[in-house]
Order: sequence, then C-alpha cells, then structure tokens
Amino acid sequence: MTALAATGRRTLAFLALVGRIAIFAATTLSHLLRPPFYLREFGLALLQIGWFSLPVVGLTALFTGGALALQIYAGGARFNAEAVVPSIVAIGMVRELGPVLGGLMVAGRVAAAIAAELGTMKVTEQIDALVTLSTHPMKYLTVPRVLAATLTVPFLVAVGDAIGIFGGYLVGTSRLGFDQSVYLKNTVDFLELWDVGSGLAKGAVFGFIVALMGCYHGMHSGRGAQGVGRATTNAVVSASILILASNYLLTELFFSA
Amino acid sequence: MIDIAGLHKTFGTNAVLRGVDLAVPKGTSTVVIGGSGTGKSVLLKCILGLVRPDAGTIRVAGADATAGDRDAFLAQFGMLFQGGALFDSLPVWQNVAFRLLRGSQKRPRAKARAIAIEKLRRVGLGAEVADLYPAELSGGMQKRVGLARAIAADPQIIFFDEPTTGLDPIMAGVINELIREIVSEMGATALTITHDMTSVRAIADRVAMLHDGKLRWEGPVDEMDDAADPYLHQFIHGLAEGPIAAVR
Repeated sequence: MTALAATGRRTLAFLALVGRIAIFAATTLSHLLRPPFYLREFGLALLQIGWFSLPVVGLTALFTGGALALQIYAGGARFNAEAVVPSIVAIGMVRELGPVLGGLMVAGRVAAAIAAELGTMKVTEQIDALVTLSTHPMKYLTVPRVLAATLTVPFLVAVGDAIGIFGGYLVGTSRLGFDQSVYLKNTVDFLELWDVGSGLAKGAVFGFIVALMGCYHGMHSGRGAQGVGRATTNAVVSASILILASNYLLTELFFSA
Repeated sequence: MIDIAGLHKTFGTNAVLRGVDLAVPKGTSTVVIGGSGTGKSVLLKCILGLVRPDAGTIRVAGADATAGDRDAFLAQFGMLFQGGALFDSLPVWQNVAFRLLRGSQKRPRAKARAIAIEKLRRVGLGAEVADLYPAELSGGMQKRVGLARAIAADPQIIFFDEPTTGLDPIMAGVINELIREIVSEMGATALTITHDMTSVRAIADRVAMLHDGKLRWEGPVDEMDDAADPYLHQFIHGLAEGPIAAVR
C-alpha cells in the first residue's frame, strides 16, 4: 500500500511538473508577441547561445563525421557496398546526427549556463529586483533566450552538418581511398533538400527546448548553492531527454510512410 | 500612505503572517523589527506583489495594491535589497539607471547616465565607479549602489530590507545616516525591516514589532524604550531571557 501511494505521489508530482512547464512555455510564447522587446538582451543571447557554441558543435560534428565514415565503410564492406559512404555520411549527418548531437551539445552548454545564471539571479533576489523595477522577468530573461536559441540552433546545425560531412570527406579521402571529386559528387547527388530542411526544423525545436528548460529550472531554482546546482542538473537532463524524445516524434512526423 | 489590514500568508503549513494591521503615514520613516522568520520580508514582498497574500487588504495612496496598472503602481517604489541584488551582467551606472533606460520612465541614454552618476555621488561614490561591474565592488559599495538604484527615479516610497546586514559597524553607520538624509530630503515615505537596533534608532520615526505573524507593538521611536510590552523589551535589549523563545 505504501509503495502504491509513493508511486501515485510521484506520478502526480510528475504530471504537475509537466503542467507547470506547459504553462511556462505558453506564457513565454504569449510574451513573445507583446511589447516591450529587449533587443540588447536578445543580441547578447544570440552571441552567447549561437556564436560561442560554434566550437563545441563544430568539433563534435567533425569527429562524428569522421567516425561515421569509418563505421559505414567497415559495415558496407560486409556486402560490398563501400561506395555508399559519402551519401550515408551526408544523410546521417543532416537528418539525425547533426541536429541531435548539436542539440545535445547545446543542451550541455547553454541549458546549464542559463539555469545557473537565472538560478543565481533568483537566490540573490535579482529577479525580485527586476519586478520592483517594473520589468517582467519573463520578457527580460526568458523571451530573449528562448527566441535566440530557437533561431540560432538551426544555424549551428547547418554549420555542424557541413563540418560533419567535411569530417567524413577527410577520413574518406585520406584513409579509405576515395577520390576527392567522386566523394563530393556522391555527397551532393544523393542529398535532398528536405534532408537538410528537416534537420534544421529539428534544430529549431531543440533550441526552443534547451532555452525553455534552462529558463524554467533557473527561475524555479531552490535556495542556495545546492538549489542552483540541482536546477542546472535538472535543466540539462530534462533538455536532453526532451530532445531525444521529440527527435523520435519529429522523425515519425517527417519521414514515416 | 500604506494601509495594511488583516494580512495573512501561509507557506505550506507555516503561517508566517496571521493578520497583520499596519499603517505607514506619508512622509514618515517606519521601521519594522522582529526576529528572523517572523515574516518581515514576506510583509514587504506582499506590498510589492512579489508574494500574493492569502487574505487581507493592502492600500497604497488609497488605491488597492493588487488592482490597477502594475507599472504605474511599481513606479512609486524604490527598494534596497538585503544583498544589494545588483545585476551582475550590467555595469554600475546601468544598474542605477535601470528604470531610466526602459519602460515608461525611459529617457535618452546620456541623460540616464548623468542621473546615475549624480545619484552615485549622492551616496558617496565617484564617477569612476560607474563603469565597474558589481562583482568588482566591496559589500559597502554594493549597498550604496543599491541605494542609488532605489532612489534613481525619485520614488515616493522607499523600502529598505535589512540595510546594514553584513556591513562593519562604521559602514553600517554611514548607510544609516545616508538613508536618514535621503529620506528626509526627498520627503519620501520609508519602510525598513531590520533587527539592527542601531539602525532603528538612526532611521525610524515610528517602530512596529512583528512577532508570531502579528503586530506586537507599534509607536513612535521615542516611546519604544519606555513601552511596557515584555516582547519588545526583550527584543530591543537583546535579552536571552524573556517571552520570546531563543533557540540555543
């Protein structure tokens, strides 16, 4: 009976959390459309989320593209299909690995940073101070970050796609004996516009999730260093899980027959 | 100026405010005293709308604090937070001029900066501090910047949350003196919460004591020492023995 009650309590708590996050997301979207707009905050968020995430996303993509080429070559060799390396690397990168790994890396970097910053602002009463200065925290803190992440993560994914394909190209041409022009031709010929477009659309959704989770957990941080630490962990974990879950749903939506 | 009646607030099972009635007359400096956890901060936050009370009414300048234009309501207030609550990401002058750079009181950037530097000067800080970041300042300087921010838009009502906590006695004295001077010259209504009795004697026209979620005593500061209330007597003299239970 106790175990059943505990399970019930946890289920109710989880459902309440889902409800709170849904309300938080809806409130963010409603503020997105109503002035005032804080352009300076938006610009800073673009820089923090987009520009400063480029090295992390680029390096992740480069090594993933290279490893992917090696794996596909080894796997393809089992049924004499080594020639598919360029096209599979390209399709794998732009459809799945670019957006998902890019999203996860941004979740690790950005969701954590946002949650830690907003959590610290909460515990040091800076968010209360914003309110007393007639500034809505959702408009000043959440909207710029969510908008910036939704717009910049697709760009990060696009750059990651290109670097990942380049990683595959480097490994393919230097280690696996592919001709440079043939590798490039196969990459371009088999890649369709929707392969790239679907990945960028996923990137926008993942960016929204990352910033939303960072802001939600930061603004609902508990007290003290432990509270901020927990908020940061929760932001990264929830953003990562939601990215993987929404990736499956989006893939079903985009590509199921 | 501020009239509070029957204010109740409970967090979970902890009833913090259990029917507080308090009147803060216009142009006076009222100090609310009381031990830790007696609801002093919650009282301030209820007035500002940062915490929603469970029951009771709060009227500011005759108008219901929970209704009407929130921006116009908050424009009447300035607040000095306990830890300063300065925005880490902004330089000092933008912290001071925060309200003057956005919203209904927005003005040109150069004008806002000039006002910020003037307010910093008023609290004893030079213009060279304006472009530093809060993390580069000492605790006392942060408190002064917080004070400059609280008075930047010339509010009618100023709240001070534990203004001397964490400061050495000399700096605490300086901040107390500044608060007294600024409140007098602006003709503002001030509400301070503290448990520092030196602050109380330096700042207050009137004193109100919160205990157990209710107003225990209220009156002019001159009458505080002669009051018969045993709770007030124990508190203002810092006695371990008395009706207020001390955790040892």
